[in-house]
Amino acid sequence: MRDQESNSVSRRAFLASAAAVGGGLLIGFRVPVAGASQDTSALAPNAFVRVDRDGRIKVTLPYVEMGQGAYTAQAQLLAEELEVDIEQLTLEHAPPNEALYSHPVFGDQITGGSAGLRGAWEPLRIAGATTRVLLINAAARRWRVNPKTCIAERGEVVHARSGRRLKYSELVDAAARLPAPENVPLKSPADFKLVGKSVKRVDTPDKVNGRAKFGIDAAPAGVKFAAVAACPVFGGKLGSLDDSAAKAVRGVRQIVRLEDTVAVVADHTWAARKGLAALKIKWNEGASARIDTKQLMAELDAGLDQEGVVAVAKGDVSAAEAGAASSYEAVFRLPMLAHLAMEPINCTAHVRKDGCEIWVGCQRLALARRMAAEALGMPAEKITIHNHLLGGGFGRRLEADYVAQAVRIARHVDGPVKVIWSREEDVQHDYFRYHNHSRVRVALDAQQAPVSFSHKLVGPAVMARWLPVFFKDGVDFDIISVAAGAYSWPNVRVEYVRRDPPTGLNFGNWRGVGASRNAFIVESVIDDLARRAGSDPLAYRRKLLAGSPRLLAVLDKAVELANWESPLPPGRGRGVAVLDDFGSYVAQVAEVTVGRNGRVRVDRVVCVVDCGLAVNPDIVKAQMEGGIIYGVSAALYGKITVANGRIQQGNFDDCPVVRMQDAPRIDVHVIPSGEAPGGVGEPGTAVVFPAVTNAIFAATGKRVFELPIDATQLRIS
Amino acid sequence: MPTQINVNGAMHSVDVDDDTPLLWVLRDVVGLTGTKFGCGVALCGACTVHIDGVPRRSCITTVGSIGNASIRTIETLDANPIGKALQKAWLDLEVVQCGYCQSGQLMSAAALLAGNPKPSDADIDTVMSGNICRCGTYGRIRSAIKQAANQLGSSQESA
Amino acid sequence: MFSHRSVATAALLLLSTNVTLADSSGESLRAPKAFDSVRNRTERSVALFTEAGKVLQHPRCLNCHPVERQPTQGDDLHPHMPPVHGGPENRGTKELPCTSCHGPHNTATLGTGLKSIPGSDPWALAPASMAWQGFSLGEICAQLKDPARNGNRTLAQIEEHLAKDHLVGWAWHPGEGRTPAPGTQQIFGELIAAWIKTGAHCPKP
Repeated sequence: MRDQESNSVSRRAFLASAAAVGGGLLIGFRVPVAGASQDTSALAPNAFVRVDRDGRIKVTLPYVEMGQGAYTAQAQLLAEELEVDIEQLTLEHAPPNEALYSHPVFGDQITGGSAGLRGAWEPLRIAGATTRVLLINAAARRWRVNPKTCIAERGEVVHARSGRRLKYSELVDAAARLPAPENVPLKSPADFKLVGKSVKRVDTPDKVNGRAKFGIDAAPAGVKFAAVAACPVFGGKLGSLDDSAAKAVRGVRQIVRLEDTVAVVADHTWAARKGLAALKIKWNEGASARIDTKQLMAELDAGLDQEGVVAVAKGDVSAAEAGAASSYEAVFRLPMLAHLAMEPINCTAHVRKDGCEIWVGCQRLALARRMAAEALGMPAEKITIHNHLLGGGFGRRLEADYVAQAVRIARHVDGPVKVIWSREEDVQHDYFRYHNHSRVRVALDAQQAPVSFSHKLVGPAVMARWLPVFFKDGVDFDIISVAAGAYSWPNVRVEYVRRDPPTGLNFGNWRGVGASRNAFIVESVIDDLARRAGSDPLAYRRKLLAGSPRLLAVLDKAVELANWESPLPPGRGRGVAVLDDFGSYVAQVAEVTVGRNGRVRVDRVVCVVDCGLAVNPDIVKAQMEGGIIYGVSAALYGKITVANGRIQQGNFDDCPVVRMQDAPRIDVHVIPSGEAPGGVGEPGTAVVFPAVTNAIFAATGKRVFELPIDATQLRIS
Repeated sequence: MPTQINVNGAMHSVDVDDDTPLLWVLRDVVGLTGTKFGCGVALCGACTVHIDGVPRRSCITTVGSIGNASIRTIETLDANPIGKALQKAWLDLEVVQCGYCQSGQLMSAAALLAGNPKPSDADIDTVMSGNICRCGTYGRIRSAIKQAANQLGSSQESA
Repeated sequence: MFSHRSVATAALLLLSTNVTLADSSGESLRAPKAFDSVRNRTERSVALFTEAGKVLQHPRCLNCHPVERQPTQGDDLHPHMPPVHGGPENRGTKELPCTSCHGPHNTATLGTGLKSIPGSDPWALAPASMAWQGFSLGEICAQLKDPARNGNRTLAQIEEHLAKDHLVGWAWHPGEGRTPAPGTQQIFGELIAAWIKTGAHCPKP
């Protein structure tokens, strides 16, 4: 059957970009020569590698480290092609520079979408290989031998036949004079010494002794400390302010008023917080002051009955529905979620007349610079950003609002100022994952086999603001991703109704992005269909996944490791779910216990991942483990609500998260593969929602259609 | 009048109000940034330090309440065998992801092993549930505590 | 060792707490003389204890008299967050004692949610034998009188404890963001004394 062109979306265009992001098919890429250093005292043929005469090899890492192991994996790629030990590398955070450090698919300097490694995979290896070839060529010239008879190993070029050796440091000057070679050969995977190995992480030794520097640890000389309060009603503005008591607090230096925020600048954070508490602030709450969650959800529900834009169309759903023997329909409602990274939002800035210096940990450094430039009315070149380790990102630090806020404050302050948000500020002024509601309709034939799958999604268009190339003809490519799953439905329609939150209620990306919305929906539907058909959820899935060998393989392995067939005592259940996204294939089996009071405990999660070539298998495992915990937290507790235009939660008491005592045992298996690497930061999170809710169904016979899981609905009365 | 505090064996004179939490004194005044701010209300454990050997949440421990007690932070965790063993286990098992909570995790784990050299899973749950990790490193933390406990136990036996 | 400034701040905080007390709950705990009209001595005793029960069964008291060895929090008695355990001596475990978070005084957080961390020296959980949550007032009364369960105290010692103990007294000075127990510790102590004097009769379980 031929794919039909939907009325307003070029499916081909979507597939092209979706494949590029999701499938690891990176577009042709060149290492930007523009980054080559003019400095002749070193060999710096591109923006990523610089070999100094003293033998130091400095590598610049475009993808930021927020715990996902990006620095280690990037160092592995570079060291592999450079033929050096990782310990020989000096690692540096990349500065903001769109021309040099943009992600090849996103077209901007972004660490997100589980796409960092895929973005680095070719460019960094080419950068390393180019440098290696230059050094080999320089040695071959000196020895007057054919470069093909020379090899590089452990920071030296070796002429095998004669046994002559030259250290890279001895070749810097000569190599720097040579023209950069084109189309350098990359190492064959069979020759990898570092890639594919669980080498030790490069960022962790300093993280166990307090030496690691996160953004919040920046301490430029003379730094002052600021505490801030933004208008608690989203979209509201600062009205009047009585700061007399605040000024009297010992250590308070000044009060800075912005349009919607007040900052108290002091000698240390506590004095700033005391000053802030002493302010008498009147807010102009504005139009949003009456908004509450009920109203927001009603708007989304209304969207379910509205005609949307057809984002994906295959076959003829209407005809299939008309001829169906029966049909299945379900509505799913997903809540608003906060990120709750452990490091609260912060940024340090020093604004001078002729420039600005910023210290921060951010997933979108170039955007941070653009926003700072705009806030200050200063050319971007005048702005220096020192990036730091991130104390968690999860999508929150894909925004740079806090950078703009910090420079707006800093321009009134003499010297550098560190702005630290309280945890409550961090929660209440998050860029939330916004609500989305979905209606799924599946037409079935007389044998309960699906003949069509129709999914109407109502939700925000994050990409329209955040990455406009991923928003086309009214369709947000993120929110519709995997909206039909990987199943071979004969006819498919995905329809999108855009519902952004009211102005001022900020919304953005959250770990797992579209997949962490849609995996829950699709995998719940499949499970329900299996029940209707009287079939085992595993067997039912397998039949519909015949065209997805890699997904089938992870599914089979997961159920094997989880002992799928073994019986469980009453009150316990096992659920399975799969995902094909981010260029990776993941299957999970969750085991839960549901108490008589309805309390859910996730006992165990078995996770099998095929992410193509696992550059560092242990980091892949860690990402799955962490992704699962993050998802379980949200599935059990994640819910941000609004009343009177204010966020009602603020800290880990009313935003509970999984702690040690609630953490499931997790077993991760990584499928060995030579395919191109896929992303691993997010799929673990996306899959665990349905794995858990399907397990709850197995334990209780109750289907969860709304998140977070509501214990009162599962109570045995 | 400045307050004198004993941090990691060195005296520091800090000129702040007595109600200032130790966390901000350590970070903003003394300049020891290994101790982290996470919640400000003793819910997450990121700011855990030892005061006379007792694990304390520095975000709600006022500097005026400390007196002459000895404060230990993550920066000198390796000064005793328990700290060293924990750091080694943390690296051996690659516990750490973003790392922001790990100062607090390690300080809590050190207090745990100091009081209970062979903690059971339940013992680990009781003490370590006060420390939140959003990267989800709990399973590895549990294994690392056990590894450190084993290492310390066997080195004691051989001594 | 407190600076003038923090003493002043503390005094201010205390003052505002007292104001709240006087305004909201000062009237809600009747002094013993309010029960003089009850002629029957046994009934008067029961009435006095029932009045004192407003304190005993107040969330400020119940939260640290749980049945399990984990305290609760808030006016709805939700589980203590973070999860903690009373330990062998009701002061938390050796590895995570109550004092990890609970200092000698209430501590202001300046947070917009949780406004203070409660404190008292010492801070402790009631022993398991003194669990009150889910108990009727009559059951609490019987338990209070039973040396096997009340820490081997005489009635005089019970009176002393309830009227004078610093941690008991915390219930009326629970720090910003918490509703204090009704009345004052003094009135509460008088009620208990009068109850004992009238024969320490208990309400029906």
